[in-house]
Amino acid sequence: MKKLIVLLIFKVLFFKNAFALIEVDITRGNLDPLPIAVSPLHVDVKSENFEGAKIKELGENISSIIEKNFKATGLFNPLKKEAFVQKPDIAHLKPRFEDWRLIKAQALVTGKLLVKDGKLKVEFRLWDLAAAKEMTALAFTTTPSNWRRVAHIISDKIYERLTGEEGYFDTRIIYVAESGAKNQRVKKLAIMDQDGANTKYLTLGNELVLTPRFNPTSQMVTYMSYFRNMPRVYLLDIETGTQEVVGNFPGMTFAPRFSPDGKKIVMSFAKDGNSDIYTMDLDTRVVERITDHSSIDTSPSFSPDGKFIAFNSDRSGLQQIYVMRSDGSGVKRITFGEGIYGTPVWSPRGDLIAFTKMRKGRFYIGVMRIDGTGERLLTENYYQEAPSWSPNGRVLVFYRETKAGSKGEGFSAKLWSIDITGYNERKLNTETDASDPSWSSLLSK
Amino acid sequence: MMFNKNLKNILLVVFTTLILSACSTAKKSGNIDGDVYTGKETVKFLASGVPDRIFFATNKSSLTTAARETLRKQATYLRKNKSLNVTIEGHADERGTREYNLALGERRANAAKDYLMTYGISGKRISTISYGKEKPVNPASTPLAWSQNRRSVTVKVN
Repeated sequence: MKKLIVLLIFKVLFFKNAFALIEVDITRGNLDPLPIAVSPLHVDVKSENFEGAKIKELGENISSIIEKNFKATGLFNPLKKEAFVQKPDIAHLKPRFEDWRLIKAQALVTGKLLVKDGKLKVEFRLWDLAAAKEMTALAFTTTPSNWRRVAHIISDKIYERLTGEEGYFDTRIIYVAESGAKNQRVKKLAIMDQDGANTKYLTLGNELVLTPRFNPTSQMVTYMSYFRNMPRVYLLDIETGTQEVVGNFPGMTFAPRFSPDGKKIVMSFAKDGNSDIYTMDLDTRVVERITDHSSIDTSPSFSPDGKFIAFNSDRSGLQQIYVMRSDGSGVKRITFGEGIYGTPVWSPRGDLIAFTKMRKGRFYIGVMRIDGTGERLLTENYYQEAPSWSPNGRVLVFYRETKAGSKGEGFSAKLWSIDITGYNERKLNTETDASDPSWSSLLSK
Repeated sequence: MMFNKNLKNILLVVFTTLILSACSTAKKSGNIDGDVYTGKETVKFLASGVPDRIFFATNKSSLTTAARETLRKQATYLRKNKSLNVTIEGHADERGTREYNLALGERRANAAKDYLMTYGISGKRISTISYGKEKPVNPASTPLAWSQNRRSVTVKVN
């Protein structure tokens, strides 16, 4: 992966919350998104073209990515550019606040960029139009080919300033790209930017691959592969492309996830038909058995402090969610609702567990508190499962499959996202059919 | 009074029988009994009269009477062909979470393996692999297709 060197050159005026008049409440569904004007970034005339890219369009392209990011949150309403009342360079110096207010904008983003000597210099400002004040500003330098990430980083900074929460735009999603007939599916690991751009395929599709998951602290991925017809958990470094089998298990290993510090993998190992949960320390290679029960124990997920593991077990008859200490002690069932429960995933904020619920032939994605109380079902469908959290714990991405006809026709698998408020359900753009998404941490953190 | 009570009991028995028979008619539709597939449509044969697969109820890995009969035929066949090794592939239907289905397929394959072993087939001749819900034999989204996909299949490896 190309390393992005973000040089913070200066930070002009950074007002604390007390001064902010506009603020976006993300704790409930937002039916009245904030009108925001994103001015195209002004391109300095001294800029040089790079890698065949049209430098003149770069300011426009960056602002349109920012707009798409904002629109996809459901919290902002980016205004149409035709209505804009000032040229980008002039607005960036000093907006005519009263004119912008006339087009009903409450916040304005301006910026400028310069490409010179193989470097891209960008600065942007966020303006509170009602208070007629600059809210935040930032400038940084990177390589020109990183221009999409520049747009995402700006989006993150503005989201952070307006919502008080960390953003999630400068992130990627790893998933399984699917193609072919339903009973002859070809599956490849694929990775893309959170907005669907820059899709790259990491495997060729020669063997079945499933459930890729990001390491929360690095660009490592763990996943399951049927390489040589031996279903095992693998570790993949997406910067170097090197991969290795995790551990030396004499049978199927599956359902892998990293510990929050990225140093361990927790997974299931199936022996003689029985699946239990194990961890492996990636430095010492020490394997520990965490559960020892004649039932199926799978889909383990660490709490962000590393002290607990939520998992899926049918020890009470059907699939339910359990929580235990990370050494396997203190096992406690937390789901007692009608239906059966799978795929618990602990929120990076620590307060919620996302899950899949199956009831009366329908599938739900929901969240509950870590003791199982306060269950909220966010979305219902014919088939959907495998939620994965945005790094700020506000959005879930999952996959949904459609009902197939008698020959498998009409079948599709797509990635969807939904806010934990239950609002803003969206289909993600993927080049192919897709399943098993996993959301990365912020890349520039 | 006594007579009355007896009559009540008899009526109850008759009533229960009626309900039970109603249930089994409702559940037995086409080639599905309970929700276990009983048909032959997807079945292949290891040899003449030796079916290659058995079927399971939803979320279950217990062997039905029909499954045991099939496995006994497989055991007889394997006893006669001593140099033959097999892999038992365990599968699940699409109506469950992926990871649980991998474990369930593993459990089904091993249920079949264990039964073959009780009929004297060495565990060394039998390997297992679970494909979970990844390799449906029938791609339709119907109860019939799901019942055909909840299976374990014995495959010759040499």
